[in-house]
Amino acid sequence: MIPELDFPGGKVGYTSEMKFIPESSSRRIPCYRVLDEDGRIIPDSDFIPVSEKLAVRMYEQMATLQVMDHIFYEAQRQGRISFYLTSVGEEAINIASAAALSPDDVVLPQYREPGVLLWRGFTLEEFANQCFGNKADYGKGRQMPIHYGSNRLNYFTISSPIATQLPQAAGVGYSLKMDKKNACAVTFIGDGGTSEGDFHAGLNFAAVMEAPVVFICRNNGWAISTHISEQFRSDGIVVKGQAYGIRSIRVDGNDALAVYSTVRSAREMAVTEQRPVLIEMMTYRVGHHSTSDDSTKYRAADEIQYWKMSRNPVNRFRKWVEDNGWWSEEDESKLRSNARKQLLQAIQAAEKWEKQPLTELFNDVYDVKPKNLEEQELGLKELVKKQPQDYPPGFHV
Amino acid sequence: MSAILLQGAGAATSLSPFNSIDSSKLVAPSRSSLSVRSKRYIVAGSDGTNKSFGASSLVARRSEPLIPNAVATKADTAASSTSSKPGHELLLFEALQEGLEEEMDRDPHVCVMGEDVGHYGGSYKVTKGLADKFGDLRVLDTPICENAFTGMGIGAAMTGLRPVIEGMNMGFLLLAFNQISNNCGMLHYTSGGQFTIPVVIRGPGGVGRQLGAEHSQRLESYFQSIPGIQMVACSTPYNAKGLMKAAIRSENPVILFEHVLLYNLKETIPDEEYICNLEEAEMVRPGEHITILTYSRMRYHVMQAAKTLVNKGYDPEVIDIRSLKPFDLYTIGNSVKKTHRVLIVEECMRTGGIGASLTAAINENFHDYLDAPVMCLSSQDVPTPYAGTLEEWTVVQPAQIVTAVEQLCQ
Repeated sequence: MIPELDFPGGKVGYTSEMKFIPESSSRRIPCYRVLDEDGRIIPDSDFIPVSEKLAVRMYEQMATLQVMDHIFYEAQRQGRISFYLTSVGEEAINIASAAALSPDDVVLPQYREPGVLLWRGFTLEEFANQCFGNKADYGKGRQMPIHYGSNRLNYFTISSPIATQLPQAAGVGYSLKMDKKNACAVTFIGDGGTSEGDFHAGLNFAAVMEAPVVFICRNNGWAISTHISEQFRSDGIVVKGQAYGIRSIRVDGNDALAVYSTVRSAREMAVTEQRPVLIEMMTYRVGHHSTSDDSTKYRAADEIQYWKMSRNPVNRFRKWVEDNGWWSEEDESKLRSNARKQLLQAIQAAEKWEKQPLTELFNDVYDVKPKNLEEQELGLKELVKKQPQDYPPGFHV
Repeated sequence: MSAILLQGAGAATSLSPFNSIDSSKLVAPSRSSLSVRSKRYIVAGSDGTNKSFGASSLVARRSEPLIPNAVATKADTAASSTSSKPGHELLLFEALQEGLEEEMDRDPHVCVMGEDVGHYGGSYKVTKGLADKFGDLRVLDTPICENAFTGMGIGAAMTGLRPVIEGMNMGFLLLAFNQISNNCGMLHYTSGGQFTIPVVIRGPGGVGRQLGAEHSQRLESYFQSIPGIQMVACSTPYNAKGLMKAAIRSENPVILFEHVLLYNLKETIPDEEYICNLEEAEMVRPGEHITILTYSRMRYHVMQAAKTLVNKGYDPEVIDIRSLKPFDLYTIGNSVKKTHRVLIVEECMRTGGIGASLTAAINENFHDYLDAPVMCLSSQDVPTPYAGTLEEWTVVQPAQIVTAVEQLCQ
């Protein structure tokens, strides 16, 4: 019988052997995967089967996301939008996670998850409008490109500071718990973001609160120029879950089927057991951090090339879908050319669309515009009227 | 003090700008409304003057009966009151608690979160008894991480709850600055009005009795620049309860500043329901010679100085500005236009405090009406020392106020 001691927090056994827990386990936590690199299901895999309809939709969306990223990136390079951030290499994470959630699940993204919004029905035109900050943008031109948000689609407006969405996700989980809804909060973070204090705070709170939150960490190896070896000394992020009393799993983020199964299961656990779940998705950030970055400055070009070609999640899933006879070369070229055409049209239209009028500078700071803002608006209007030559053409009051 | 209450359905003051929230997705059924009605409560002062406190925008609730022209006459009120003196007496922290409890009864979405707010009742007992009544989920004890529970409150607010976030001491909310500035103040704006954040962030601040520098912070200085938030400071049990209720009902994030040394102030407040206007200043003592603007604890130092000043033949007008963001320049302006002299008495430090902003605002707007430069009495730009004597010298005392008035009125 192991002797036990009573302490606040419960009974704990004791030992007279002084033994330190090693800083790392001899074996890294293995990563769950279903599809091999050739797109074949590994024999005896656990996974939730995916119908032809769902699989084809997932593939289409992954390919569309690729086209969207490519074209918007080029648009930024041509000076048509000021900024863009791609999700290249993380298409499976984006789309397969979204496919596994219910529309009532509230998503708190970081910024590399536009695929979730795409899945839920945000149109290419709506993406373009936000990037151009025009009058049709739901954000009313107030945020940088890629800071999408849609309350209709349960996707919180992206806020630039890293990891602030994690404690907010605990709050959303708390709110859903109070209302006893059949829904959970799902929030995304990168490997770098887990160093922020808010990561600790959000996970700890969700655990104590027993809130239905699914934390998804996209471990893509790089935080701008900081490699994960310089970000933390633990075995990635999955091992941190247990430190907070949170169930966790590590999954091959480039395997769409594995991601789908994991997120589906995690979501069910979160909602039925009212607990947070942590998923670490292993992947690689193929693109630069953003259009303000040139990653060849700090990493080898052949490393990038390797991941882009040999470990490409879209190609891998495509092989599986094709092998099932659900997709063909013809479907592929049709999809890509249609997506490309639609995007180019969306960009052209968004570019021509009027920008927000001056009054939107002062709206929505509060629910009702206070006097000082009314005065400031009037002052600015008068200034613009007096000196229209100092303001860009097409700038209207 | 007799209270005559007039409850009328005023004209819709404004339409809520966000009408695209799909309530079935995000919010439990009982909320959602597009029109805003302002309720006006009129309280008759003891000198017979009517002070009208217009309500800040309220979301009309379908469950409440509208009484278009109900006027309670003096006789009715007297009959319904059972005690000889109408109203009930309580301490400021109890008034805050009463306001909070009433709002929690009224709206199931109101919840409380913070450290030790549950069964401990809060470090200043403002949430005493609430956990027993409303349960551990609605009155939530959080782990120690201000940025986390503030962020949590924001996330909960974006999905339809109305959290009241307590900082055990306002100073600790410096840890929550990121969430307050970048998210709380901004998300309604950056989301294009799609998400609202109707949180109340409250807690004790100001210089106490030998609590040391870290527990004597005046956070209103630091927060005043953040666009998108409102700030109010309570100073009496009456306005504490009224401001608490108004802050909870507001669709904007409101920071309610309480003062560590004012929690045990006693006052008789009305039995009937009332709220205070978040954007209005309070006329404490009308006068002719000089306008003294103050808030929170300094109101009491000013009133003490006022006694001395009256004996010396001065007639100061004392205004408790209450609304720190935005300033009630209407009330303040009317006063300046009457007296032509302004003295600001605050607890903030000289640099970058509320007094500094207020001085700038008055100079900018009422320059023509001033017969003397605006004077501002503030704490020095030093961390608040622990030693009692040193601490006393760092806070503006009544004697200084008297001297300043004499100087300004020469």
